[in-house]
Amino acid sequence: MIEIKNLTKTFNTADGTVEALRNVSLSIPDGDIFGIIGMSGAGKSTLVRCINMLERPTEGTVEVDGVDLGSLSAKELRAKRHDITMIFQGFNLLMQKNCLKNVCFPLELQGMKGAEAKKRAIELLDIVGLADKAKAYPAQLSGGQQQRVAIARALTTQPKVLLCDEATSALDPNTTNSILELIKEINARMGITVVVITHQMSVVESICKHVAILDGGEVVEQGEVSEVFAHPKSQAARNLVFPEGEDSSLNVGNAGEHFIRVVYNGAYAAGKPMIARLAIDKGIEANISYASTKGISGKAFGTILLSISGDDQAVRDTIEYLTTEPGIEAEEVKVHVH
Amino acid sequence: MFTDIFSPESLAEAWEIIRTQFPMALWETFYVTVLATAFAILIGLPLGVLLVVGEKGGIRPIPRWIMAVINFIINVLRSVPFLILMILVFPLTRLIIGTTVGTVASIVPLVIAAFPFVARLVESCLREVNPNLIEMAQSTGATPFQIIYKVMIPESWPSLISNFTVAITTILGYSAMSGIIGGGGLGKIAINYGYYRYKYLVMFLAVILLIILVQIFQSVGTKLAVKTDKRLKNQAK
Ligand SMILES: Nc1ncnc2c1ncn2[C@@H]1O[C@H](COP(=O)(O)OP(=O)(O)O)[C@@H](O)[C@H]1O
Ligand SMILES: [Mg+2]
Repeated sequence: MIEIKNLTKTFNTADGTVEALRNVSLSIPDGDIFGIIGMSGAGKSTLVRCINMLERPTEGTVEVDGVDLGSLSAKELRAKRHDITMIFQGFNLLMQKNCLKNVCFPLELQGMKGAEAKKRAIELLDIVGLADKAKAYPAQLSGGQQQRVAIARALTTQPKVLLCDEATSALDPNTTNSILELIKEINARMGITVVVITHQMSVVESICKHVAILDGGEVVEQGEVSEVFAHPKSQAARNLVFPEGEDSSLNVGNAGEHFIRVVYNGAYAAGKPMIARLAIDKGIEANISYASTKGISGKAFGTILLSISGDDQAVRDTIEYLTTEPGIEAEEVKVHVH
Repeated sequence: MFTDIFSPESLAEAWEIIRTQFPMALWETFYVTVLATAFAILIGLPLGVLLVVGEKGGIRPIPRWIMAVINFIINVLRSVPFLILMILVFPLTRLIIGTTVGTVASIVPLVIAAFPFVARLVESCLREVNPNLIEMAQSTGATPFQIIYKVMIPESWPSLISNFTVAITTILGYSAMSGIIGGGGLGKIAINYGYYRYKYLVMFLAVILLIILVQIFQSVGTKLAVKTDKRLKNQAK
C-alpha cells in the first residue's frame, strides 16, 4: 500500500518558485496497476520521484507499507529502493555494459557475488524474453528490447513496487502494447504493485485498474478507470478522454434539434442496433453527431452524442428508453451550433 | 649554416651521437612521460571526480569554499608557464627526489603541471555522462561512491582514454622542454646538440623521434578508445 498524503513540492529556480505538486493525496492498493495521467508539465515525474524520494517532498508524506519514507536515513532509504524500483522513458541502461551486467547491476550494488547474481539475471532475462541477448550491448538492441532489459533489471531485487515513468512513450504502438502486456503479466504473476505514469490515455485504458488525473500539479480526478472514463468530470479529464475536442468537431444539424449525450459505462450494448431500435420501438429518429467509444475488456466505454428532432417529450422518451439498458446513461446537453 | 649538415664528417659525427646516446634518451623520454602521466592521472582523476560530484547539485556535494579553493589552485597551476613552474617547484623536487637535476627529478614538475590539466579533462568527460543514468543508479539504491565507480567512470571510460591520450602527448612535449633545465631524454639531446653545438642533424633526428612517439601514443590511444566503446554498433567483439 502506497499512501501519499498532502504532498506538495515546490522548486526554487532562478525565476522564482515553481509549485510542481499541490496537496496531492493518493492511496495505491497492493497489487494494483495504478495510472497517473496528465499533460506534459503536470507534475507526473515529480510525483513519481517523490514516491522513491529521489525528490524530497516540500510538504506531506509518502508511506509505503506504513513506513514514512521521509523519516528514513540515507542508508535505510537506499535499502528501501530495492523494494521500489523504477523504469524510465529513456530505458537508462548502462551503455558500456552488456545486458547481463545491466541486469546484475542492482544485485552488484547489494554486494551479491558473481555466479548467484548471474543466475538470477539470466532467469529474469528469460522472463522478459531476451535470454539470447545476455551478451549483447544495449546499442545493439531495439528500444523495446532495451526496455525489456530495463524491466528485468528492475525486477532483480524482487521489488514490491514498480514505478514506470513514461516507460512506453519512446516506443511505437506495437512495441508499446507488448511492453504493456509484459508489465501486466508481471503484475499478475508476481503481485507487484505497478504505478504507471503516462500522458497517453491508451496506456491507462489497456492496463490500469485505477487512475488519477494530474493537472497543474493537482489531482483533479481519481478512481476506477472505467468510472473516470465514463464520467470525466474535470476539464483535464475531458481533454484526455476526448483528445480531438469534445464538442467542437460536431457534425451539428439544424438549430432546434436536441442533443443527448449517451455514456457507455461498461455496457455490453455497443454492438446492438440501438438507433434502429429507437426508430422502430419509439418512432424517434436519431443521428450520431459524435462518437468516441472504446472497448475495454469486452465492455464499451465512451460517449456518443445523438441529435434528435422532436419535442421535449421525445427527448425524455429517448433518455428513458436508452437508460433501461444496464451500463448506459444518457442526458440532454446543450450544443452550440456553428 | 645548413651547408655542411650532410658532409661526410658531420654525418659520421651525427651517427656516433645517435648510436651512443639515442637509445638511452628515447628510453628516458618514454619512461618519464609514462610515469608522469600515470602520477598525473593518479592525482587528476580523483580531483576531476570531485569537481563533478562535489558541486552544488552533484551526487555528493562538499562545502562551497573547498570547491572554490580547488578550482583556484587548478587554475593557477594551469596558468603558470611550464618552464617557470619547473623552477618554482625546485624545492618540492629536492624534497621528494633529493636533487633538482636529472631525468627522474624532471618527473615532479611534469606531474605538478599535468595533474590540473588531467583533472579538467576528467571533469569534462564525467559531465558528459547521461544524467538519467545517475538518476537510475540513485533510484536503484546506489551509494555516491558506487555511482562514481560503477556508473560515471565506466560509462565515460572510452572518452577518458581519449583524453588521457591527449594528456600523454602533451606531457611528452613538456618532458622534451624539461631538457632545457636538467631533464634528460630526447629534449635534452635536441637542445644540447642543436642549440648549443649547432648539430642540426642530431636535433632534427631527436625531433623526428619525438614526433614518432607522439604518433604512436596517439594511435594506440585512439584505437583503445574505439575498441572499448560499446556504444558503437556491429563492432567485432
Ligand atoms: N528540478 C526542477 N527544478 C525546477 N523545476 C522543476 C524541476 N523538476 C520539475 N520542475 C517543474 O515542475 C513541473 C512539473 O514537471 P514534471 O514533474 O517533470 O512534469 P511531467 O512529468 O508531468 O511532464 C514543470 O513545470 C517543471 O518545469
Ligand atoms: Mg515527465
